[in-house]
Amino acid sequence: MSEFEPKIVAFFCNWCTYLAADLAGTSRMKYAPNTRVIRVMCSGRVDPQFILEAFARGADGVLIGGCHPNDCHYQEGNYKALRRFYALKEIVRQMGIEDERLRLEWISAAEGERVKIVVNDMVGKIRALGPLRPKPQQEVTA
Amino acid sequence: MSEAGGPVRIGVYVCHCGTNIAAVVGCGEVADYARSLAQVAVSREYKYLCSEPGQELIRQDIRDHGLNRIVVASCSPHLHEHTFRAAVEKSGLNPFFMHMVNIREHNSWVHEDRAKATAKANDMVRAAVRRVALQQSLSRGRVEINPGVLVVGGGIAGIHAAMTLANAGKKVHLVERQPSIGGHMAMFDKTFPTLDCAACILTPKMSSVKAHPNITLWSNAEVTGVAGYVGNFDVKVTRWPRYIDEDLCTGCLQCVEACVYKEARFPDGFNMGLSKRKPIYLPFPQAVPQVPVIDPETCIQFKTGKCKKTCVAACADRQAIDFQQKEKIEQIRVGAIVIATGFQPFDASRVPYYGYGVYPNVYTSLEVERLVNASGPTGGDVVLRDGRRPKSVGVIHCVGSRDVDSNRWCSRVCCMYSLKLAHLLKEHTDAEIFNFYIDMRTPGKGFEEFYQKLLNEGVHFIRGRVAEVTDWALDPTEEDKLVLRVEDTLLGTVRRIPVDMVVLSVGLEPHADAGEVRRLFNISCASEGFFLERHPKLAPVNTFTDGIFLAGCCQGPKDIPDTVAQAGAAAAEALALIDAGAVETEPNTAHVIEESCSGCRTCVPMCPYNAIVFDAAAGRARIEQVLCKGCGTCVAACPSAAIGQHLFEDAEIFEEIEGVLANV
Repeated sequence: MSEFEPKIVAFFCNWCTYLAADLAGTSRMKYAPNTRVIRVMCSGRVDPQFILEAFARGADGVLIGGCHPNDCHYQEGNYKALRRFYALKEIVRQMGIEDERLRLEWISAAEGERVKIVVNDMVGKIRALGPLRPKPQQEVTA
Repeated sequence: MSEAGGPVRIGVYVCHCGTNIAAVVGCGEVADYARSLAQVAVSREYKYLCSEPGQELIRQDIRDHGLNRIVVASCSPHLHEHTFRAAVEKSGLNPFFMHMVNIREHNSWVHEDRAKATAKANDMVRAAVRRVALQQSLSRGRVEINPGVLVVGGGIAGIHAAMTLANAGKKVHLVERQPSIGGHMAMFDKTFPTLDCAACILTPKMSSVKAHPNITLWSNAEVTGVAGYVGNFDVKVTRWPRYIDEDLCTGCLQCVEACVYKEARFPDGFNMGLSKRKPIYLPFPQAVPQVPVIDPETCIQFKTGKCKKTCVAACADRQAIDFQQKEKIEQIRVGAIVIATGFQPFDASRVPYYGYGVYPNVYTSLEVERLVNASGPTGGDVVLRDGRRPKSVGVIHCVGSRDVDSNRWCSRVCCMYSLKLAHLLKEHTDAEIFNFYIDMRTPGKGFEEFYQKLLNEGVHFIRGRVAEVTDWALDPTEEDKLVLRVEDTLLGTVRRIPVDMVVLSVGLEPHADAGEVRRLFNISCASEGFFLERHPKLAPVNTFTDGIFLAGCCQGPKDIPDTVAQAGAAAAEALALIDAGAVETEPNTAHVIEESCSGCRTCVPMCPYNAIVFDAAAGRARIEQVLCKGCGTCVAACPSAAIGQHLFEDAEIFEEIEGVLANV
C-alpha cells in the first residue's frame, strides 16, 4: 500500500515567491514533490473562490505565497491577500478544514531555502492529518 | 484564421533541456500522456526546445497541423516565455495562445523521485492544456519612452554610466547623496594592479560630469519618490540645503579661510576622521561641484545665531552663503533609471577581537588609503595615531568577509587591495609587512602577477585567520607592540607576531539603508542585501522592474574595472531601451465586464495606481489601461465577477485548479 501523498495547490506571486521557487531550483534544493504551482501576478489576485474550488476539487492543502509586507511589487496587493486570508480562514474552519491545510507565506525572491522549508513542513503536517475529509460543523451539531 | 476561434487544436512540447529535465522527469511519458488529453492534436518531446530547430519544430507543427494553442513544458517562464511567445508569433499565431509549464526549476531540479516528478509534470501539463484552450488573442500595449535617464549615485559606477549616456546625447540627471561626487574611489590612493593614481584617473571624469551639457548634477541630494513605470518614471529628488548657493559660488574658498574657527576642529569624514575640518568646508580638494558646504551641527551661526559671520563677509558681494536655504524638491520624468548606490565598508568594531577602536594603532584599510595618500591627513607620511612610524605592519585579510559571524561572502577586492596597501606601506615606511590570509584570491588581469611581485618584494604571507590582536606582551620583544595570535596553517604552529600597526582589510557590504532604496525603486534584494539582477548571467544589469538597471557594488562586491564595465553595460541597456522610442507592455491588464458591473465601487479603492475610475453617468467602473499594472487585486475583490484580467482570467485559473487536481 502506498503512503498517502498530499496534493497541495500553491498560488505563487510572479515577483517574489514564484522567483523564490525558481531560485530553489537553480540552487538544486530538494523538497517534496507535492505542490502544484499556479502562477498569478500578485497574491492579491488570489480570489477566495480559487481556494474553495481547490479544496472542493480534492486538494489536501492550499498554499499562498506573496511578497513580504512592504515589498509587494504592486505596493499593497499582499495586504489585500492577507485580509482575505483571515476572512477565508474563518470560513474554511467552519467547514471543518484544519488550519494547517491553508497557509499564507511571505517568501521573497531571495528565499529559495524558505520555499523548501515551507513546502516540506506543510507536506509533513498534512501527511499527519491524512486526506481532506471535511466535517461540516452543522452536521456535528445537528 | 485560428485567431478568430474555430476548433481548438493544441500542441504540447516537452523539453528535455539536455538531461536537466530528462534525468528526473520521464519526458516521453509526459508527452504520451498529453497526447491522450482532449483537444491535443500534437504532442512531442525534444532535446532543446529553445534552440532554433526546437522553435522551428513548433512552427512547422503550427503550419502542418493547424495548431492554434501551444503548451511548452520546459524551464521557468521567467527565462524563456518571451522566446516561445516569439516563436509562436513568427508562425502567425497570436503569441498569447502559448502557455508555459515549469518542469525544470519547479520540478526536475528540486525532486529526485522519478515517478513522483513525472506525475507532477503530468498534472501541470494537464492544467496547462485545459487553461490554454481558453486563452484569448491579445495585443501588447505601446508606451512612448521619455529619453531622459536618472543615474542614482555618483561613484565611479554612476559617473561612468552618466558619461556614457550623456556622450550618446541623452539628458542625464545624476543624483549623489554626498556633497561631492567621486564615491569611494576618490578616497583611494592608488588602484591595483597597475598602481595608477586613483585621483589622476577619476578627477578628470568628475570634472567632465560637471561640465557636460547633457548632465544635470545634483549633489547633496537624494531620490525621495519614484512613481510611474518603464519609459515614464516620475522621480522626486530632494536637494538638501548646503547653505551655499551653487550658482553663485565661484569655489574661491575664501569663506573657509575666513571662518571664525581659525583651526579646523571637527572630524573630517573624507579622511575617515584622521584629520579635522571647519564647520564650512570643501569635502576634498578635487570635489565636484567645487562648492563648500556648511555643517549645521557644528556651525556657530546655526547653533547660537550669534556668529560674526566672517564667512559671509569674505564672500562679499557674491552673496553665495545662505543660512536660510531650505531643501528643494525637484520633479523630473525619465525613461530609465541606473542605480549605482555602491557599498559601505564593513564596520571593523563588529569584530571585537581585532581591537579596532580599542588600540589606536589598529586601522581599517580605508583609513590607510587616506594615510598613504599624498593629499591625505598626513600628506602621505605614515604616522601612527600615537605619533610613531611603524617598523612592522600586520595586514589582516577577510575582516567582515568569508565569516559565518558577520558576512559569509567573499568581498572580492580585499586580497588585491591588501597587496596594494602592503606595497604602498613598504614604499612609504620600509617597514616589515605581514599579510595574514585565508586564501589568496587574485583572479583578474594582471592580478596574479602583482601578487608575485609582492612576494619578490619581501612581504611576508602567513596563511591563517588571525585569532586576536592584543597588546599583552609575553616577552620583551612584544613590549609596546600589538601582537597578532595566529595559527600558521602552512607551518602547522600557533605564532605570535608583534607589530607596530595593524591594518584590517574590511569587506564590502550593502548600505545600511539599501532596503529603503530597494523599496523606493521597487526592485529586489538577494539574501545578503545586494540588489538582485534579473538573471545572474544573461541579464546581469537588469532588474525585475523594467527600465531600472544596476551598476557597481550595489549589485555585489566588485573592483573598479568590473564596476566600470558593468556601468557601461547598464548605460548600454538604458540606451537600447530609450532608442527604441517605445516599449511594448504586457497585456495582463484588468478590464471591466460592463454588463456584469453593478457600480458598487468596491474595486475603486483597491487600486494603488488609481487606474479605476467610476463612470457616474454609466454607473459602471472603468479601468484606464495605461495606468493598470496588472496585479489583479481588483479582479479578486469584485463581488460580481465583473472584472477580468487578461492572461489570468478567472475561468483560466479555475481550469488550472481543476486541471492539477483532475486525477485526485
